[in-house]
Formats: sequence, C-alpha cells, structure tokens
Amino acid sequence: MNDGLALGQKEAFAEVEKLLQPFRKGDASIALDTDITRDLNIDSLAVMDMIMELEDKFDISIPLNVVAETKTVRELVDAVSRLRMGA
Amino acid sequence: MGLFDRHAALLERYQTARDAGMDPLRVRLQKVLSPTEAVVNGQRTIMVGTNNYLGLTFDDSCVDSAVDALRSEGTGTTGSRTANGSYDQHEQLERELADFYGMQHGMVFSTGFQANLGTIATLVGEGDYLIIDADSHASIYDASKMTAATVIRFRHNDAADLEKRLRRLKDATGNKLVVVEGIYSMLGDKAPLKEICDVSKRHGAYLLVDEAHSLGVLGEYGRGMVEEAGILDQVDFVVGTFSKTLGAVGGFCVSNHPEFENLRLLTRPYMFTASLPPSIIASVRQALRVVQQRPELRTRLWHNVEVLYDGLEAAGFHLGPDRSPVVAVHMPDLETTTGVWKALLDSGIYVNLAGAFATPNGVSLLRCSVCAAHTREQLELVVETLTGIAASIGLLPRPVMAAAG
Repeated sequence: MNDGLALGQKEAFAEVEKLLQPFRKGDASIALDTDITRDLNIDSLAVMDMIMELEDKFDISIPLNVVAETKTVRELVDAVSRLRMGA
Repeated sequence: MGLFDRHAALLERYQTARDAGMDPLRVRLQKVLSPTEAVVNGQRTIMVGTNNYLGLTFDDSCVDSAVDALRSEGTGTTGSRTANGSYDQHEQLERELADFYGMQHGMVFSTGFQANLGTIATLVGEGDYLIIDADSHASIYDASKMTAATVIRFRHNDAADLEKRLRRLKDATGNKLVVVEGIYSMLGDKAPLKEICDVSKRHGAYLLVDEAHSLGVLGEYGRGMVEEAGILDQVDFVVGTFSKTLGAVGGFCVSNHPEFENLRLLTRPYMFTASLPPSIIASVRQALRVVQQRPELRTRLWHNVEVLYDGLEAAGFHLGPDRSPVVAVHMPDLETTTGVWKALLDSGIYVNLAGAFATPNGVSLLRCSVCAAHTREQLELVVETLTGIAASIGLLPRPVMAAAG
C-alpha cells in the first residue's frame, strides 16, 4: 500500500508507524489515511511528544502551525519529508 | 452540533467534580482579610495560592497612593491611550519601569496576558521565526496563534534542544525571537537563562523573557531571573505583570531596542483596550518603590519558601524541581488531586488545583504560592495538614511512630 511513496516518505512513514503503535485502537493498523486524533487513542500532549521524537530522529523542526494543520498520517509523512528536503 | 459540543470531554470532567460537591473554578472569597487570609465557605482560611509574593495588596503606602489617585484623577480613563490620551502617571510608570531595569524604553499594558500577546505577536510576522519553550504560558501560545511567523517549540528548559533548533534555521533569513519565562508558573522551576541567552545570541536571535512570577522575587534588586542570571545587558525584551508581586493588575514590556516605540502604533492589544485606571497605576508605582526600598520582604519570602518547600519535601511529597515561591505538589491523578484540594479547603487552607490544560504534560498538581506575609505557623500548619490528609488516603507512608503504635 505504500509503494507509491518516495524513499524519504517511506522512511518517514516507517518512523511515524513505529511511534504511533502504542496508540492503536484494537487491531486497526496504522495506514496513510489514519486520522491521528480520531482513529487513535492519543491526546494532544502525546501528539506533541511524538512530534518531538520525529524531530530528533530526522533532525528537523516541525512548526506548530504545521502540526495544527496535520490531521492524517499521510499529511504528517508529507510534512516530515518536505522539511527534510529543506522546503 | 451544539456550540460547546467540541469541549464535551472537558465539560464532563468538570461536571463530575461539581457533582461531587467540588467546584474549583468557583471558589468564593466571602471576605478578604489580609494578604494571607480570607473567609471561604464561612471559614477563616489561609490563602496559599495568591501569587501575592511580597504581600503588597494591603501595604499601607500602596493603598494610600491608590486612594489619593482615585480622589484626584477619578475612577477610570474610559478609553485607550491611543484614542483618549495618556495620563501623566502612565508615562511616569513607564519611565520608572525602564529605569528599574536600566533600559531605554517601557510600555504599559492593561494586563500581563496582553503584554505577552501584544509584544510577541507584533515583534515577529510573516517570514520570521518564533521559538518558544514547550511549557510556555497560555498567553505565549495564544500570541503564537496571532502571528504569521513560523512557530517552533523547544524542550522545556533545554538550551541544547534550543540550540539544535536554531542551528536548523541557520540559513533562514527572517528574524528569530526566542521566548522563555523566568520562573514557570505551574511547577515553579527556573529557566537556565544564562545558557538560553548565550545560545540565542550565538545564533543571532532576539530574546524575550517573561518575568511574571520572578519580578520582585529573584535578583539582588528584585529584577527577576534576568538579574539573577546576569543577562540584563543582553536580553532584548523583558515582559512582566503588575498582578503578582506588584499587587494590582496590568503588564509591561521594557527594552533597549532603538525602535521599540513603534510598538505603540502596531500593537493592537495595546491600542484597542482601555488603559489602566489612575488608582492602579498609582499603587503599582508605589509597589515598585517598595520592591526597591524593602529588600527584607524578599528575604522573608525566601525564608518562607524554605519552610514550605523543605517541610513538604521532608514529609515525602514529590515537588517541582526548584525551591521557589511557587511550590508544586505532584499528585497521582486529577481525581485524587481534587479530593485532597477539597479536604484542604475544608481544613481552612486554600491552594490552587491544577490539572490538564494548565500544566506541563497534563500532570495533576496542588500548586501553592508563598507570600512574604505568611507566618511560619501558617506554613507549618499547611505542611502538617497536607501531610495528614495525604497519609490518611495512603499517598504518603504513615509516620513511623503512628505505624509502630
């Protein structure tokens, strides 16, 4: 399902998927279309912690304004890959 | 969808507390007796959650100044300084605040919240970077929503994390503004300000420090964390409030920036709000004099901090990391916190109840604030009462003697 992703996006997805594992509802797996707050048992504080982990892993800063606009895993993955390319 | 449906989870928790007969948001002070006592629920109560650090709310000289101004200049200014003009006293207070910090410029706002909101959101805009501590006050977070700048947060009190983030911006052309607080309001921990200042300056960022809880509290002359850390000559903007140590309401910003006065033309929370009434300005001016003329109040405050902080620590409570006039007692969860808070109030002791939405990482806290006017007996009673309540519900190991008996 992630075949359409560029290499940078695949790496980002793998990391996001790993960080979100503890927040899965039941057996539902983490997919690109997963809505981070609606489909997972995660509160806003845990989201911010996860963001900080991602920032450390990829040596980027994800601006709060970007976090606020990020609803799905796909949007987060895109934001991470964009920021890694310095865009 | 109802207007408040999106807040359902929070409202439900609040209702649960109210159903249990506890309403921490609606505590009524039936009569305020002194800086440290009030009548609550018909009972004489020790106030340990006021932020009234030097106890100046009833200082005779401050009250007299306010009364004189009230008689001579009236009850209010009925408009903003931009539209209605400034009273002499507004400008005198601005001069006195700037002089207190040894700065060129000062600007007074109608609340401390607006001082943060107005200065931060005006200083950085599109193409700029606002870099804030993760544990920042709500006014700083709201400023970050008001500005078009890119907002980045760094790990709380972590100068190395701040440096990483500034390094990532090394090729960015916009201005960078780093915002931190001197003492953080919920856990009472102090910023490693010297390191934060060094990192900010090394990377060409401006530094703004909010001294809301440290003005009058830290530094030989009471100028706050900027004085204690020795960075008064390097900090770009100091923001503060009149509603804590200075015992009234209002806020300010002082700076040496040569173009600082432009803020008066650009800062909407300054331009479109009624200015502070003459009585408030007068009592604040006098309180600022008292801060400078009576350093013994600061000495007394720190003695009191020792009594409360060390007493609670010795009893086995998990407290905020630094000894400061904000003494935060960690509790396991919000339900327990609310129960202990209510038991304290029933015993005639008022502290602040703080939980998710106000605290870092959503921790549950009983937040105490120490006042220079507290007596040792009052604070020892707080330690004894809180220890007894906590032991009775198994939060603390029971005292050895009691266990042996």
